[in-house]
Amino acid sequence: MSDVVLEVRDLVKHYPVRRGLILRRTVGAVRAVDGVSLALRRGSTLGVVGESGSGKSTLARVLVGIEEPTSGQVLVDGTDVSTMSRADRRALRRDVQMVFQDPYTSLDPRMSVSEIVGEPFAIHRTIPRGGRDRAVRELLELVGLDPDHANRYPHQFSGGQRQRVGIARALALRPRILVCDEPVSALDVSVQGQVVNLLADLQAELGLSSVFIAHDLAVVRNIADSVAVMYLGRVVEDGPADSVYDGARHPYSQALLSAVPVADPTVRLSDGRGILLEGDPPSPVSPPSGCPFHTRCWLAPTLPEASVPVPEGEEVQARRVPPSCSGEVPLLVGAGGHHAACHFARPLAEVRR
Amino acid sequence: MSDIRNTAPHGEDFEPVPGAQSIDVQGGVGAGHLPPEPLPTEDKSYSQTQLVWRRFLRHRAAMISCAVIVLIVLVAYSSIGVGPIPGWWDKTYLATYDKIGTGSPTLTHPFGQDAIGKDYFAMTMRGTQHSLFIALGIGVLSTILGTLVGALAGYFRGWVDSVLMRMTDVFIVIPLLVIAAVLGKMASSWGIWGLTLILGAVTWTGLARLVRGEVLSLREREFVMAAQAVGTSASRIIVKHILPNAVGVIIVNATLAISSAILLETALSFLGYGVQSPDTSLGLLISQNQNAFATRPWLFWWPGLLILTIALCVNFIGDGLRDAFDPRQTRKD
Repeated sequence: MSDVVLEVRDLVKHYPVRRGLILRRTVGAVRAVDGVSLALRRGSTLGVVGESGSGKSTLARVLVGIEEPTSGQVLVDGTDVSTMSRADRRALRRDVQMVFQDPYTSLDPRMSVSEIVGEPFAIHRTIPRGGRDRAVRELLELVGLDPDHANRYPHQFSGGQRQRVGIARALALRPRILVCDEPVSALDVSVQGQVVNLLADLQAELGLSSVFIAHDLAVVRNIADSVAVMYLGRVVEDGPADSVYDGARHPYSQALLSAVPVADPTVRLSDGRGILLEGDPPSPVSPPSGCPFHTRCWLAPTLPEASVPVPEGEEVQARRVPPSCSGEVPLLVGAGGHHAACHFARPLAEVRR
Repeated sequence: MSDIRNTAPHGEDFEPVPGAQSIDVQGGVGAGHLPPEPLPTEDKSYSQTQLVWRRFLRHRAAMISCAVIVLIVLVAYSSIGVGPIPGWWDKTYLATYDKIGTGSPTLTHPFGQDAIGKDYFAMTMRGTQHSLFIALGIGVLSTILGTLVGALAGYFRGWVDSVLMRMTDVFIVIPLLVIAAVLGKMASSWGIWGLTLILGAVTWTGLARLVRGEVLSLREREFVMAAQAVGTSASRIIVKHILPNAVGVIIVNATLAISSAILLETALSFLGYGVQSPDTSLGLLISQNQNAFATRPWLFWWPGLLILTIALCVNFIGDGLRDAFDPRQTRKD
């Protein structure tokens, strides 16, 4: 059996933008995910990091099956999901489950906790050994909640506890793959640590493979074995966690990492302030030509290739980048499993001397 | 697991042990052979429905209105009976009696008598029975239809939504009174059942739009996505997740639909397109006696006051329900 339990190849998910009243013409598309290839190994955690609009939530929804991809493949244990029959795909729902971001809206407020956690059993018509109630109690204990509270309602729990209920629900059918879409973003920092530790413990205990999506690098560092950084629907860097954190090679990852608070300030950049990116991310409806990051890249204007003489007739831009940055889409290249999608990828120590 | 432990010194001595049979409290005062104090009962966990119910019961206007409506219903149905079951009122609405004077209210005929000597109390009660039945029937039917259309349109969106909403627009655009009048005339031969069905079939549009809006917003909530991730079928999601969360909007508008149905039936019967003789309804009574307003006011006022009271009470109940469902209530329950 292959080591890779979940894989996406060239995944594309576009949402069409339609205009018109009666006959709606498609005038454009929101390119939420624009060619992503990732692999998740059995028993490991893949961290996916990116800012708002990078397409990570869309990726999560496609992985779990809530959305269908526009093109590309999602492979579970080597089998393409789109080639499966409806029955097989339904059975697949038991293997790939999701933990949602907002503990306040991801639980139906009109159902008690035991109904919420027990619903997957009713949907798939499985009766766990020992009965449904006992299975629900075991799940609640597994996530660190008091099983006597099973008949309470979500509004009677705190945010961290609700998130635990969400995790219990995701684990009800004993999935093999867990996709966590920013599970701790809506929680206080102290509670974040508890929930992240819980997820790590559960993964070890139950042998799960998980995809952990977040926008906070510090959180992901604790839990991820390998990391992928996303920007505007593409993966700009991926590799083993230590390799990416200690030696990021893409300017976007370097900027993100420079903003992470660390205990020893001398470890950060010499001026201690970190790399600031200007402006907002471009709209996913009209991404920049060439490298999607070149409009905000801090490295590109400093490169010698940026001051290539401008051909006659073209106006001189205020902010100049190398022609390859605005012209060609960079591919993920690198060695030792650590890839970066940048024409001028290099570790930070080389740049800042 | 990462639990927060009780780290007070000798904290373990003070942990409550639920259900323990031992009566020896360490260092406890007055330890005798008495059964242990039962632990204070846990906070009762109220479901959303119970919370709403409690808030509703505290709304004074709604409670008074409920009492009044119950009273009216009881009196209307028990006084002259319904169908084969007799009531406690000794007169019927069909028989004519000796007219006392001009027919003004007396002890024998507390509501007076109409022009040919019929007992007006019995007639009014019969009219109330019919009006209540029609109003309730229209309310229920239009709620069911409106919820169905709105939920399907809101959940499936796309062409289902377009088709259903265009159909709804057609029903909205055609004047309600006109269509009800035309259809009501046709259906009046079927009695009040026909009238109820027809009117219910044309008044569902408001609720359909509201439910559609509510379902559209609920559909984007994460617990719906979570249900989809587990593989829940669309019908189950609608019935078990979306509709229970939309029930506030639905119930409030159902009561308002009942209230406006009363007025609609009154208007139609007044115009002559609703309930036909020899059946009565409150609207028909008003219509038949509109000229008596100056000379024999009791013929006009009794049914009018009843209509007013019923519509007002139903409205207050709707208000009370709306306040009860409002999640922005800040008072602690």
